[in-house]
Amino acid sequence: MEVPILKQGPYLIASIQSALSDEDLVHLRDALVAQVGKLRSRGVIVDVTVLDVMDSFATRTLRDIAHMIRLRGAEMVIVGIQPEVAFALVRLGLKLEGVATALDLEEGILYLNRKMLESGKEMKNRGR
Amino acid sequence: MRKVTHKTTTAPMDSVELLRELVAHLQQSRTLLREEWARRITEAKLLTAMSKDEIFAEATAIYDNYIEALESGTFEALQAYARNLSERIIPRGVETHEVIGIVLLLRDVLARSLFAKYQSDFALYNRILDAYEPAANRIANTVAVGFVQERERVIREQQEAIRVLSTPVLQVRERLLILPIIGVIDPQRARQLTEQLLRGIRTNRAKVVVIDITGVPVMDANVANHLVQTVEATRLLGATVIITGLSPEIAQTLVTIGVDLGKMNTVGDLQGGIEEAERLLGYKVVPLGEASHSV
Repeated sequence: MEVPILKQGPYLIASIQSALSDEDLVHLRDALVAQVGKLRSRGVIVDVTVLDVMDSFATRTLRDIAHMIRLRGAEMVIVGIQPEVAFALVRLGLKLEGVATALDLEEGILYLNRKMLESGKEMKNRGR
Repeated sequence: MRKVTHKTTTAPMDSVELLRELVAHLQQSRTLLREEWARRITEAKLLTAMSKDEIFAEATAIYDNYIEALESGTFEALQAYARNLSERIIPRGVETHEVIGIVLLLRDVLARSLFAKYQSDFALYNRILDAYEPAANRIANTVAVGFVQERERVIREQQEAIRVLSTPVLQVRERLLILPIIGVIDPQRARQLTEQLLRGIRTNRAKVVVIDITGVPVMDANVANHLVQTVEATRLLGATVIITGLSPEIAQTLVTIGVDLGKMNTVGDLQGGIEEAERLLGYKVVPLGEASHSV
């Protein structure tokens, strides 16, 4: 099942609706990385609230997406990881290093807003 | 009784009669043997938690139950008594070896008295022992098992009580939880702690969690690892963990297992931890006087 990608102001929201196959994940990756450039988005939120299992491929792909998004000049945050999933991931040593995470969609948006603000300040400082 | 005699083929009446004779003898010398037994219990320094009178009273009761079990060949009454006895004496700190010790002493006392009575007729003595030993061993077994089972039941109950009491996840401020941990953390408790914490973060929408381990004396490498994993899992939920009150021993353990200190946010004590958390959340606590000045 394909993941809908919604545009919300300067951000893209990929809201996962059901368990994903490896193929779906690859699709999601390609679509997000393409869209982020096309729509000139500043941030991406991937909502994984409905996932009650995340395997190593999913985790690795999400991490790759985050890194690719950063190279494309935006920020990505994963939101809604379930407590059980979180602990299972850590146990398996899948720690999503270098990837921002937040509790839910609202927190994710707040996180991105803060990031925007910070980078805005930096720009200003550099401008002076 | 009759059924039993039909089933056994060799000298059936004999063994039943022997047992009956034996019981009669033990009943006759009840006062003497009971005293002898109580004396040997004191001598062997068993049941030190109980007074002499108590020992004597229990000895009488056990003795009578013992003979009844020998006589009837059924152990239900004895079992019930053993359970009841265990219930009474376990809270007073009576140990397993003491209970087994006194039952074995009674067996010895009775065997001696049988020897004294039948030593002139060795063949008869042998047959008496044949009747006595299996029953006596089964009695010792029943009492010991009853005691151990009761003890295990008590331990299970206590563990359950500790589990229920052990780990509150408390909200001190909007989006700030504290988790004070007291006592030794075993792997099961560690798992439960993690579960409660992660759930608590979700339901309270917490942003910062202060885990205070001042009350944890030691931690083995396994549990320390688990703690580190909990910290990482918390990050995946978008929250930050601050650990406070790390003892020197635990610090040593963490260094030994090679924790990545960059991921661990530690502050000396709970107060410092809460202050740090408030800073992260953007709170500032100001005394009332100053606040009105600045406004």
